[in-house]
Amino acid sequence: MAAERKTKLSKNLLRMKFMQRGLDSETKKQLEEEEKKIISEEYWYLDLPELKEKELEKSFIIEEQSFLLCEDLLYGRMSFRGFNPEVEKLMLQMNAKNKAEEEEEDETVEVDVSDEEMARRYETLVGTIGKKFAKKRDRANYEEDENGNMKPIKTKKMFLKPQD
Amino acid sequence: MAETLPVASESPAGCKARAARNVLGQVVLPGEELLLPEQEETDGVGVAGERPLRLNAGMRSRLRVVCGPGLRRCGDRLLVTKCGRLRHKESGSGSSGGIYWVDSQQKRYVPVKGDHVIGIVTAKSGDIFKVDVGGSEPASLSYLAFEGATKRNRPNVQVGDLIYGQFVVANKDMEPEMVCIDSCGRANGMGVIGQDGLLFKVTLGLIRKLLAPDCEIIQEVGKLYPLEIVFGMNGRIWVKAKTIQQTLILANILEACEHMTTEQRKQIFARLAES
Repeated sequence: MAAERKTKLSKNLLRMKFMQRGLDSETKKQLEEEEKKIISEEYWYLDLPELKEKELEKSFIIEEQSFLLCEDLLYGRMSFRGFNPEVEKLMLQMNAKNKAEEEEEDETVEVDVSDEEMARRYETLVGTIGKKFAKKRDRANYEEDENGNMKPIKTKKMFLKPQD
Repeated sequence: MAETLPVASESPAGCKARAARNVLGQVVLPGEELLLPEQEETDGVGVAGERPLRLNAGMRSRLRVVCGPGLRRCGDRLLVTKCGRLRHKESGSGSSGGIYWVDSQQKRYVPVKGDHVIGIVTAKSGDIFKVDVGGSEPASLSYLAFEGATKRNRPNVQVGDLIYGQFVVANKDMEPEMVCIDSCGRANGMGVIGQDGLLFKVTLGLIRKLLAPDCEIIQEVGKLYPLEIVFGMNGRIWVKAKTIQQTLILANILEACEHMTTEQRKQIFARLAES
């Protein structure tokens, strides 16, 4: 039954999602914009264009209350002549950390093992670790030479289809 | 004094703001305004009445300047709030303009975030300890803020213990909070300070002087006999040596070295080394 007169619905009800599905996109956009306007007007802002200009133009000044930035201070715990060995270790660690942050040097770390030897070891390493995970049939491939070097792995025997 | 001295900040037209660059190392008083290097150029040019042609008239080079303790930002100038000597340090990365601060002297400590301090535990309430750090209110220290502390495994902290920790929250609106752990979860020397020893108070400036990287006093003290010192940025120093007499000698030296000249200090150390 169609009503003869449209019942007066409240604004809030009309704003609900299920009521807006029937509307076309234009009216939807309008409603959205109105809502955004209402929300943004509730926020307060400073209406001083000169202040904003000044802030943008001038240099940035940051306020800090800490002395740590101003002066490099040493670590606060100190021990001398072996009174507290842990604190002495800490002293070296913390003061070295401060210095390391300041100095940006590229130091080449001394290596115990040369690069060539590393490469050689890695070659054999693949074989030894591979042996662990290889099946019993494949273990025959990992035979060792007289010198203890790994033999090259033989190619796997695949099924050959008869040519007939 | 019969006449009152004219206050510098009274008449803005009368006193000229000085350039920060020219005042380095000199004594500044609260109320003075300091100009940063870029502004003084343009001001000077404006006074002469001529303006050189500039390619970028509106934009100025934006240098990020940090104003440290004793200075405040006032528009685009620095306002001095403590009396002392003005110092400057160029920053490591050349982009920012460095940091200015006032080297002042005071005995009263105001909690600052990141400072390592010595505190005395005054109360234990529920999950937190109340620690007196010498500020306006006691700082709170959670029992979980120690290395290796869990809900079951509580740290062994009693009322009256000395704690070496750092602030994580310290501003004028909130109660200061401290922890004995760094951001990675390691103690790094923080926590309860051991048994015995002596805690005494000195001025804040002396602590900074003693903690400077090239401090001779500490080097000379370290040669006397085996000892341990902990410095708190709140003006508290804790010392410990093998005997009580040595501890007391050490405490007296550290308190007195603020007002001694280098020669007097060397004499005293020579006398101590003999005995």
